Amino acid sequence: MQEKNANASNFEQCLKCSICTAVCPMMEANPHYPGPKQAGPDGERYRIKDPAFYDLTLKYCLNCKRCEVSCPSGVRIGDIIQSARLKYGRSSNPVRDYMLASTDLVGSLASPFAPVVNRVLGMKPVKAVMDGVMGVDSRRTFPAYSGRRFEQWFRSEAACRQLGFRRFISYFHGCYVNYNYPQLGKDLVKLVNACGYGVHLLDREKCCGVALISNGFGNQARKQAETNLKSFRTAVANGETVLTSSSTCTFTMRDEYSNVLGLDNSDVRDSLLLATKWLYDHIENGSIRIAFRKDYHKRIVYHTACHMNKLGWAIYTTSLLRMIPGVELKVIEQKCCGIAGTFGFKKENYPYSQKIGSELFEALRVANPEVVVTECETCKWQIEMSACLPVMNPISILAEAIDEKETIKLNIR
Amino acid sequence: MKEYDVIIIGGGITGVGTARDCALRGLKTLLVERFDLTNGATGRNHGLLHSGARYAVTDRDSAAECIRENKILKRIASNCVEETEGLFITLPEDDPAYQDKFIRSCREAGINAKAIDPVEALRMEPSVNPTLTGAVKVPDASVDPFRLASANALDASIHGAEILTYHTVVAFVKEGGRVVGVKLRDSRSGEESEVRASVTVNAAGIWGQKIAAMAGAEIRMLPAKGSLLVFGHRVNRMVINRCRKPANADILVPGDVVCVVGTTSDKVPFEECDDMRVTAAEVKLLLEEGCKLAPSLADTRILRAYAGVRPLVAADDDPTGRSTSRGIVLLDHERRDGIPGFISITGGKLTSYRLMGELATDLICKKLNVNKPCRTAQLPLPGSEKKLNPAKRDALAFKAAEGRHGTGILRMDFAGKSEVLCECEHVTRAEIAYAVKYLDVNNLVDLRRRTRIGMGTCQGTFCMGKVAKALAEELGCPDREKEFLEQYARERWKGMAPVCWGDSLREAEYMRKLYRK
Repeated sequence: MQEKNANASNFEQCLKCSICTAVCPMMEANPHYPGPKQAGPDGERYRIKDPAFYDLTLKYCLNCKRCEVSCPSGVRIGDIIQSARLKYGRSSNPVRDYMLASTDLVGSLASPFAPVVNRVLGMKPVKAVMDGVMGVDSRRTFPAYSGRRFEQWFRSEAACRQLGFRRFISYFHGCYVNYNYPQLGKDLVKLVNACGYGVHLLDREKCCGVALISNGFGNQARKQAETNLKSFRTAVANGETVLTSSSTCTFTMRDEYSNVLGLDNSDVRDSLLLATKWLYDHIENGSIRIAFRKDYHKRIVYHTACHMNKLGWAIYTTSLLRMIPGVELKVIEQKCCGIAGTFGFKKENYPYSQKIGSELFEALRVANPEVVVTECETCKWQIEMSACLPVMNPISILAEAIDEKETIKLNIR
Repeated sequence: MKEYDVIIIGGGITGVGTARDCALRGLKTLLVERFDLTNGATGRNHGLLHSGARYAVTDRDSAAECIRENKILKRIASNCVEETEGLFITLPEDDPAYQDKFIRSCREAGINAKAIDPVEALRMEPSVNPTLTGAVKVPDASVDPFRLASANALDASIHGAEILTYHTVVAFVKEGGRVVGVKLRDSRSGEESEVRASVTVNAAGIWGQKIAAMAGAEIRMLPAKGSLLVFGHRVNRMVINRCRKPANADILVPGDVVCVVGTTSDKVPFEECDDMRVTAAEVKLLLEEGCKLAPSLADTRILRAYAGVRPLVAADDDPTGRSTSRGIVLLDHERRDGIPGFISITGGKLTSYRLMGELATDLICKKLNVNKPCRTAQLPLPGSEKKLNPAKRDALAFKAAEGRHGTGILRMDFAGKSEVLCECEHVTRAEIAYAVKYLDVNNLVDLRRRTRIGMGTCQGTFCMGKVAKALAEELGCPDREKEFLEQYARERWKGMAPVCWGDSLREAEYMRKLYRK
């Protein structure tokens, strides 16, 4: 009698099987968190009745989306929770949250004074003040700022080299590459160039907005998303795929833009890919060939970031890593590292963050690799700080492992 | 043998309303009910607190009565009533002239009816059919009949009344033609007993015909079945009605976290009243008509279908039964049939239950020579004494319990019992313990009516095992856990079966497998 009996609100498909509660990392660590089922579909019915039923403990959701991956009924549990937070939540510490969420603003302020800022941020009295006044946990290590932004490097040193190519991709580098770690961007340019493609930067690039969304700044996130989408459309119209190196930015722009911010990204979504996924596809269909160095050796453990898990693309990365002759790869059981972007920086969340990550840290220590590989920069900070192991993006591993000259030769068309 | 001033037969809203009034006037009162409170029409309707607008054109007196009681209940039963307001919408297929007549009639009955622009109506109620050509705002509201009945029963017992559920009246005790009491049978043990009172009140709703016959009087009830559908969540904030002559399935009421569309109206044989089933044709009709009120119902999950029987009474002067009244019928069988000590209160509607209780109690008091005024219009019901306004940081389960029990939560002991057992409706062990202690709970189905436990989207699939165990413990009868569960599953299935398709079917299969274990 009804064609469908579950509408756009989506929570009605929930059969209450509770698999999501079994996979939620926060449930285990924090008795105050009601879990994805209650915070999501169950709570939503009550919030529709009256917003006063909004539960403040929803702030504990890591937005790891493990609940959604596990849901046999296809309920977008994490989206329901994120949307409710944007709609009804209010921060208890808005200044701090805004500082943490505004990666673009803070990055562009900090990077010209990087040596000073990095020193200051590392000093004990400063940390104590940030902890006491701002509520940013003093035990947390901040990622260092780079003196020269990736965009500056690209324009002055790499842009002219791109003129020699006939095929191009656009690169969405993200805040981390731009302000903190340009080397990853340089690695991507090296790798993509070797494969016969030129790199373009986007017309205008803004932070993907993931931190704005999770800190409740929906309107600003929407504004930034619109700027990015406009740039993507221009790139796609020029026949360019938009590549990324961060799993969280990718996931945010592909999924959260439409599901949480309510923007239509359907025309560009399929053209927005992690560089590893793009590379794998091209190698598989024979359009790109790679030669690896014979003297390269590395013992790697791959850590699947939560958003990588949601994207379902970890398999492409591990397959690429396995192509490198000198790599000894171990993939460990998927576990959330607990940092969840800005979440773990907040003083009130720090203990939960470390508790959630403890199993992963232990597993990594036991595996004891030369380097941990993951696509997520916040996982990187967390693992470097908490498991005391170096962490690299797979793009950097590939850039290190390729025989650049041979690869260039293989891909000349 | 126990003696009372008054015995009330029937634990529907009329019975408990009368019991409360009697108890407040100091009468020694017993209420007997063969199943649970609200088992009949009280628990099987829209949960609409009429403003009277629906009757304004056809029955001015009923309309005026409704708006008076509507205002009283918003005051005394604030915890059971949600002041949603209502819309009467005109659709392109409706007579456009009806709206003016409707507004005039409402105003003459004292109902504040205000025409509003269709665009404004859509803004106020985004779910309403966007093709509407006219809208009238009226003070309709949503009322939770379970909560209302339970608050009346609770207040009656606070004032000394006894509530005896699961006891069937098997015979009247008469002395020289006068009714002096009734013979009861305990539904569970089968044990029989006799209780006596100066006045016995028949408040058995549709079953009042049988009760009257047992006492030797004749009342012709005209059973009219009304079917309704409950949807998984609220699509509307306001009550939505059609602005036309009352017809099938033209009211959509938001009730707690769900919404309810209804009703159909079909005469049914009296023998069928005990087991109403919703047919596929009725579901189809309800869905089709419901979508005209709020189009999003088309793809909203239906939780259950249920049907009740309106206690319509044939007018005494019309033996054919064609002319019925929606008004209150109070029969003094001493005058009408020469049976002293026996009265019947029937007809009426949920909205006018308090007035029915007042009229019945006035007559009882007259017979007992008691001269005490009715206070039910002034004294708030338990739970509705004041609004507690839980803090923002309070857990959802606490807020939900406050919504259901109002100030009753002050009597809940959350220490060690804060675990949420029913996650769809956020019911804690503490709330179960409270219901067992104060609200006459004998099994899982009763508990559902008091707390909404298992009324959510999973219909008890996931929680009932835990809840059955907790209830058995609270009642002190751990051996009955399985019996509770079986009874509950049968009852749930009855309501789910008529609307079982799509994801609901998937869930039903899941439930079946879980329960088999």
